[in-house]
Amino acid sequence: MINIGVLALQGAVREHVRGLEAPDVEITVVKKVEQLEQLDGLVFPGGESTTMRRLINRYGFYEPLQAFAAAGKPIFGTCAGAILMAQEIAGQAEPHLSVMDMTVERNAFGRQRESFEALLSMKHVAEDVEAVFIRAPIIRSVGPDVDVLAEYDGDIVAAQQGSFLACSFHPELTDDARMHQYFVQMVRESLAEPAV
Amino acid sequence: MEKRTGTDRVKRGMAEMQKGGVIMDVINAEQAKIAEEAGAVAVMALERVPSDIRAAGGVARMADPTIVEEVRDAVSIPVMAKARIGHIVEARLLESLGVDYIDESEVLTPADEVFHLHKSDYTVPFVCGAKDLGEATRRIGEGASMLRTKGEPGTGNIVEAVRHQRLIQGQVRKVLGMSDDELMTEAKNLGAPYHVLQDIRENGRLPVVNFAAGGIATPADAALMMHLGSDGVFVGSGIFKSDNPQKFGRAIVEATTHYDDFKLIAELSKDLGTAMKGIEISTLEPADRMQDRGW
Repeated sequence: MINIGVLALQGAVREHVRGLEAPDVEITVVKKVEQLEQLDGLVFPGGESTTMRRLINRYGFYEPLQAFAAAGKPIFGTCAGAILMAQEIAGQAEPHLSVMDMTVERNAFGRQRESFEALLSMKHVAEDVEAVFIRAPIIRSVGPDVDVLAEYDGDIVAAQQGSFLACSFHPELTDDARMHQYFVQMVRESLAEPAV
Repeated sequence: MEKRTGTDRVKRGMAEMQKGGVIMDVINAEQAKIAEEAGAVAVMALERVPSDIRAAGGVARMADPTIVEEVRDAVSIPVMAKARIGHIVEARLLESLGVDYIDESEVLTPADEVFHLHKSDYTVPFVCGAKDLGEATRRIGEGASMLRTKGEPGTGNIVEAVRHQRLIQGQVRKVLGMSDDELMTEAKNLGAPYHVLQDIRENGRLPVVNFAAGGIATPADAALMMHLGSDGVFVGSGIFKSDNPQKFGRAIVEATTHYDDFKLIAELSKDLGTAMKGIEISTLEPADRMQDRGW
């Protein structure tokens, strides 16, 4: 069995658990730092990034999460989760966990009334991924090692850098689990390869 | 690619992102920043918190748009605001200001005693209060994207929120075990839209997020409501009527996240200063019971 965790400090946790389900996957709802040790991969759910960051600091998750990333273990962040992963956040002095070479802009599509859904073509996944954008960020730029997986109207909304996967929308709010299963496959492959 | 705004998924999804969090009432930019700093997932911009609305009496209306804009511009987390029950223009006006969620709220004096807002017509999502499953499903039928218990706002007394949450949870459990013929009778008895009950039975739960509200005054109260199955909590008067709002706000946020870690909640509850003074529900005059507003 492979073990994938969903960071459960705040946000849409249950929906991610559903998307990750597979016969060889055990899913852990992560509330305590000790639980990270047993994991092969981790999901940062959608929610409020400022709230999650405060809770990450307060419960001593900050360094263990960075160590988790440094060990090359796969991480998948959606919306607020992608913001946590970015190396730079537009208009903000400090990033959060800074694990992925990209710059994100928060609430880049506008406020809630501008939130929307659309179909996206996503590299490696499908031509017709249902994407729900809620006060979503945009990935404004990416480094040379980052693969852009999807764009909406010319803006980057999904990207991958090695074992790190980030998107600005919420695949967890749809019944379409293909993006989650793509991540599950990334975790499987990370275990098949010798650790770097 | 077709872009669709204001769909159920987009509106309900917004509330899903608030789960496990605390939404705090604030009356100005300074309080909004304290709330954001304390870890609130959203703020509710108001002219007065419910306990002050009680004290002031008279007609309580939507907040001055200046306050809503001031709060909106002060924080990066979502901003909610309250419109009177059935007040189409207050709701449209708040929507035009770019508020992220509207609370069609019994805390304000109702503008319409017969009709609630037809919330499906709006691009902005709505949260509504409910005391039981009938009320909850009627609001969903009108297009509410999020629910909260009514409780008894501004009292600092948790008993009504507990009553409403327990009742709704129990009624949902009952619906889950019903056959088709029983379900129609239950719809009649509850005054519930049949299709919403069908949806609940099919998916095993309410189709929208259900928070607790109305009387949460301490970290232990917040944890209690989570323990009873709430998806998150609204704290109105509790935080900024306490002695130390910063500390109190942080403690409520942590108690909501770790509602099952009793040792932690014990630590959080130490030296918080005086909580807001509460009101015993039986001493309220019928006209002062906010939960009886709306239907």
